[in-house]
Amino acid sequence: MSLLIKNAIIVNADKASKQAQDILIDKGVIKKIAASINEKATTTVDAKGMHVLPGLIDVHVHFREPGQEHKETVESGIHAAAKGGFTSVLCMPNTIPVMDNRSIAELVISESKRVGMINVYPIGAITKGQNNEELTDMFELKEAGCKALSDDGRCVTNSRLMRLAFEYAKMVDIPLIQHCEDHSLSCGSVMNEGINSTVLGVKGDPGLSETVIVARDIELADYLGTRIHFAHMSLKRSVEMIRDAKKRGIQVTAEACPHHFTLTDDALKDFNTCAKVNPPLRTQEDVDAVKEGLKDGTIDCIATDHAPHAKEDKEMDLDHAPCGMVGLETAVGLVVTELVAAKVLSWPQVAERMSAAPAKLAGLANKGAIEEGKDADITIIDSKAEWTVTEADFVSKSTNSPFIGRELKGRVHTTICGGKVVYKT
Amino acid sequence: MSEWTKKSLLDLQTLNKEEIELILETAKSFKEVSAREVKKVPALRGKTVVTLFFEPSTRTRASFELAAKRLSADTINIASSTSSQTKGESVLDTARNIEAMNVDAIIVRHSSSGVPKILSDHMDAAIINAGDGCRAHPTQALLDMFTIQEKLGHIKGLNVAIIGDIKHSRVARSNIWGLTKLGAKVTVCGPATLIPVGIESLGATVDYDLDNVIKNNDVLMPLRIQLERQQEKYLPSLREYAKKFGINKAKLKNAKKDVLIMHPGPTNRGLELSAEVADGEYSVILDQVTNGVAVRMAILYLLLGARGKPSEDE
Repeated sequence: MSLLIKNAIIVNADKASKQAQDILIDKGVIKKIAASINEKATTTVDAKGMHVLPGLIDVHVHFREPGQEHKETVESGIHAAAKGGFTSVLCMPNTIPVMDNRSIAELVISESKRVGMINVYPIGAITKGQNNEELTDMFELKEAGCKALSDDGRCVTNSRLMRLAFEYAKMVDIPLIQHCEDHSLSCGSVMNEGINSTVLGVKGDPGLSETVIVARDIELADYLGTRIHFAHMSLKRSVEMIRDAKKRGIQVTAEACPHHFTLTDDALKDFNTCAKVNPPLRTQEDVDAVKEGLKDGTIDCIATDHAPHAKEDKEMDLDHAPCGMVGLETAVGLVVTELVAAKVLSWPQVAERMSAAPAKLAGLANKGAIEEGKDADITIIDSKAEWTVTEADFVSKSTNSPFIGRELKGRVHTTICGGKVVYKT
Repeated sequence: MSEWTKKSLLDLQTLNKEEIELILETAKSFKEVSAREVKKVPALRGKTVVTLFFEPSTRTRASFELAAKRLSADTINIASSTSSQTKGESVLDTARNIEAMNVDAIIVRHSSSGVPKILSDHMDAAIINAGDGCRAHPTQALLDMFTIQEKLGHIKGLNVAIIGDIKHSRVARSNIWGLTKLGAKVTVCGPATLIPVGIESLGATVDYDLDNVIKNNDVLMPLRIQLERQQEKYLPSLREYAKKFGINKAKLKNAKKDVLIMHPGPTNRGLELSAEVADGEYSVILDQVTNGVAVRMAILYLLLGARGKPSEDE
């Protein structure tokens, strides 16, 4: 079973090709890249006028299986990811029950194999039940297929425990992802602490709650000589600390989400619960700093933190609505509109932030680049397409997005994974 | 005289100076009705007004109920514990069910900010905010301003101090919006841990020195300290709060001779103000309660009744 992509402007992390080329895929692997390939293939895709990137990889999604299948399942999540141009995703362990042992990891893996289409890799928990008290069996989780460990949804706030987690994970050789939030500072909060939260009369989360943990984990990583990956960075100060840590040679990597480079806490002024997210939307100064961090490489990856919630969950007052927004299907549109069109990122940088760097973090050695011999995971983006986000278009089970009604530029045209077309417009 | 055009009363942030003055002016006429032998005008006869309180309240609810009844409206009260909120029905669902019984106005109080706006956006009935979360309590601020205007003759150019837990106070926020729109200068005073970030951007000045505040302000408005704040670690002790931020007769030695002592109630006597001061010569706390009915009559009339002055009994 072979696939031929014609007229492709190939974009890799190091460069975008100036001339269009053809890509021949066979048995799920990129077999040949050349100016013109005339071999016959089972399927042909014409990529004329579009940007052809290595398959996008999202290192931060929440598929609500097991436990909250009314919000999303591995199956519906896979469809949403494919539509969004993602060929691999890493899914977070805050399921019910928590993914802190191999049986839950194996459930997610077997479900994803049953559905097929794209690659789904579980992220195991750092602590049992995400209880901030006891470490999980990290060797077992890695052997079960987890590509990283995280207590995301919650933070490992016990510093001694985090130190032990770092030491143990270094031996196991599995990356740790920290959701940076000092719960004692953020507890009960609904949005960013600032003028807006005061006017709205709701409890605010000071940026402090994120930065104190970023600072702490940088210190730990430095002292112990380990790596650390920071999830969903939302603040100017966090970006500054990471930039400084990298200069000092500390093995820090970080990700940022589209909503944190697009929206500010103004989005909550009319009590739109779809804009309630953790970490919360911040100020324009922070948005600008996140963009700058993505531009200069301080922030390595773009991840969505896709967090589906059912309509009845979000149809509540701001205090009680759960945090999170879906993101898989709007990510490319927001990246093209807010970063590429705005000249913040070049196309090769997009390939780096959305494919090469995530592949490196997740240890997916044969992904993240369009090269002969690599896995045939390819995302074809129509950067000129203009579209409006509408609720009816969503393929995910949930539609909790503050971007409904927003006009975007740039849309996924075709998603190819393992040499098969898994989504096309 | 300007016209009232809004369907609901959600807060003072979204009212302009003319709309606030219209309410205060209308309230003047209705104050007289409550002083009559027969405390009734037919202005809202046949209208149905529901109070829907998800937070406990004695005086605000009674005040609204009396206001509606004195305008000849039919009223019913729904309290959170007796409503199907406990059965898991959402706030919007509850309100829609009530609206389906053809009610004209719903007066709502809820512990979460934004609920009255959600209701107003999704329903046809007029919504009056009786307090939502820490965000707004517009009728309280309106009756406070009415009282100030009645006692001191004007609001423009006055210095008004609000003292206490500003961070969690919807009364403080609504008063800051209303008073600054009418040209008063507002100072907030309280422990730093209870002054919210960015309060200056609403137009208030911060002063932690109560003696200074007493000396400089024409109106002193202490707020109720919720006793839980000490459990929540905002205050080291209520004892220290009373000492540094509580108002008593001795501290009023340097107050202006016509100073007004106000309080939205209920008061913690001995904490934010002494019993002596609460009952003393400067206190207008009970006037506030009387004026509350008049202001709420004015609001119900403007939202539901005909334009123009209330008619005499037929």
